[in-house]
Amino acid sequence: MANFQGSRINPTRFSKGQIKFHAIALPLSIAMLIPIVYIINHAFKPLGELFAFPPEIFVKHPTLQNFRDLFNLGGSTGIPMSRYFFNSMIVSVFTVILNVIITIMAAYVFSKKKFAIKGALWGMNQMALMFVTTAVGVPRFIVITKMGLVNTWFAHILPLLAMPVGLFLVKQFVDGIPDALIEAAVMDGAGELTIIAKVIVPLTKPALATSIVLTFQAVWNNVETSNNFITDEAMRTFNYFASSIGTNAAMSAAGVTAAIAVIVFIPNLIIFICMQSQVMNTMSHSGIK
Amino acid sequence: MARKKNMPEGITPNASHKRMVDTDWFRGLVLLLPYALMFATFILAPVMIAVGLSFTHFDVVNDPKFAGLENYLTLFTGDVVFMKYVLPNTVMYAIIVGIGGYVLSFLMAWVLAQVTPRARTLYSLAMYTPSMTGQLMVTIIFKAAFSGDQNGIVNAWLLQLRAIDQPIQWLIQPEHFMQIMIIVSLWSSMGIGFLSMLSGIMNIDQELYEAAYVDGLRNRAQEIIYITVPSMKPQMLFGAVMSIVGAFNMGWIGISLAGSNPTPEYSGQLIVNHIDDYGYLRYEMGYAAAVSVVLLCLVWICSQVANKLFTEKEEF
Repeated sequence: MANFQGSRINPTRFSKGQIKFHAIALPLSIAMLIPIVYIINHAFKPLGELFAFPPEIFVKHPTLQNFRDLFNLGGSTGIPMSRYFFNSMIVSVFTVILNVIITIMAAYVFSKKKFAIKGALWGMNQMALMFVTTAVGVPRFIVITKMGLVNTWFAHILPLLAMPVGLFLVKQFVDGIPDALIEAAVMDGAGELTIIAKVIVPLTKPALATSIVLTFQAVWNNVETSNNFITDEAMRTFNYFASSIGTNAAMSAAGVTAAIAVIVFIPNLIIFICMQSQVMNTMSHSGIK
Repeated sequence: MARKKNMPEGITPNASHKRMVDTDWFRGLVLLLPYALMFATFILAPVMIAVGLSFTHFDVVNDPKFAGLENYLTLFTGDVVFMKYVLPNTVMYAIIVGIGGYVLSFLMAWVLAQVTPRARTLYSLAMYTPSMTGQLMVTIIFKAAFSGDQNGIVNAWLLQLRAIDQPIQWLIQPEHFMQIMIIVSLWSSMGIGFLSMLSGIMNIDQELYEAAYVDGLRNRAQEIIYITVPSMKPQMLFGAVMSIVGAFNMGWIGISLAGSNPTPEYSGQLIVNHIDDYGYLRYEMGYAAAVSVVLLCLVWICSQVANKLFTEKEEF
């Protein structure tokens, strides 16, 4: 095997040969993180540092003043900031939970049931992987208006429940569960819902975690709903409030906008870090065959 | 199929419907229904409506008036902005961000596969983090970074390096606008497509490489072409679809950075923005729908190309 110098993919120990890969990956990783590090530091800068020349990435004398200003600003729009936050929490929690439930049920059917038009329906879902939501903003608005969902919780939650990518990933995972396990459960007299809860869910946790991450990002970062389908200020979400500050505030509020960007970003980051290993596990099943 | 008879079902207590209800496909249908309904209402129906409206004139207030192919004809023959700015911009942007981002994702995934697990976890977290920042944070970060005065960090750096004499109005001058959009989009393009390709590379059987070297494979480049890519076609395809969709979905970026629609002298105007321009600003919904249909077709064509490239073919 002296000839074999090929890929030592997934090496277990560090060797000199890997230095060249670190030489590529390390600077790029730093470059990817700099903008985020910069805005986080920005959020803690006192006024003097925000407008210093030359500007620095890192904060020298961190202060919470920007966050205090932000909370005061929230009080002046008439609706307290806590109300937007509460709305976001409700919407995110319900969307994520309902999304997981309907996704796992559909994934189970697509993977383990046989019926005539299954192939066609699955093909449709595959097509929908390429769905560009922003392309059909107006028709979506028409659908939501005609259904009378404007200014309701449903307008926030329902459009995000069918997520083709999530279903795709979970279904690929359910495919890996042997039919024998399900047949054994049937022998024991388990109904469909029991099978899903006791057999499918425990074995698809990584894929479900991934679906949760993707759904949470979609719902938490969503501004279109509050912009287009909600006119009642008290029904709008935190991210809407954040963008109205983030995009309209004058330069003097640069620290405030950075502060709100950080607040909006943190839940995304926490959820992804918690689920990180599950996500990677799912991705190994993610190929389109 | 045999199991359905001796299986007491809990889905419906109504005995008279027992025979119809107690079939495998019916239970499947019930379980599928919530997803199917949501899919039909919020994905399928809007696409259908867009196709329908694209053949009409519709101003939201009055009922749609049938217009035949007029919207499409106007789009391809009479819409100067579309032909002169929007289409070339979109094609260029999609090629650089879609294909370029895809190749970058693959190469980064390949590099990360060559290091030890702990380092890989940290690197992949660093690569993925920008893709979850979302619209708001991207806007705030890069508006601050590319700010037009000397406090903008990019201007400050260039001034200190003496590369420029006075601050550049990055987000106002058309000649820089597209470049900035592309940088920002590439920065946030390493999403789940990247993670998928990373695990695709990780799952390739090591023995394939060893066998290939015995057969005369000589270097890393050959390794990628003959072993790595062919062994992970499904993940390559998933990654490609995600890149394409990602590139077309990033259309908000120009509007967010510029703070208005249209972007400065249409320099960063993409199809998605053209749709919003006609849909939300001019209320020409029929025309906007026609542009939407063209966009969906473009995405579909790109995906078909990716499909052709990476679908597993039968070997014999």
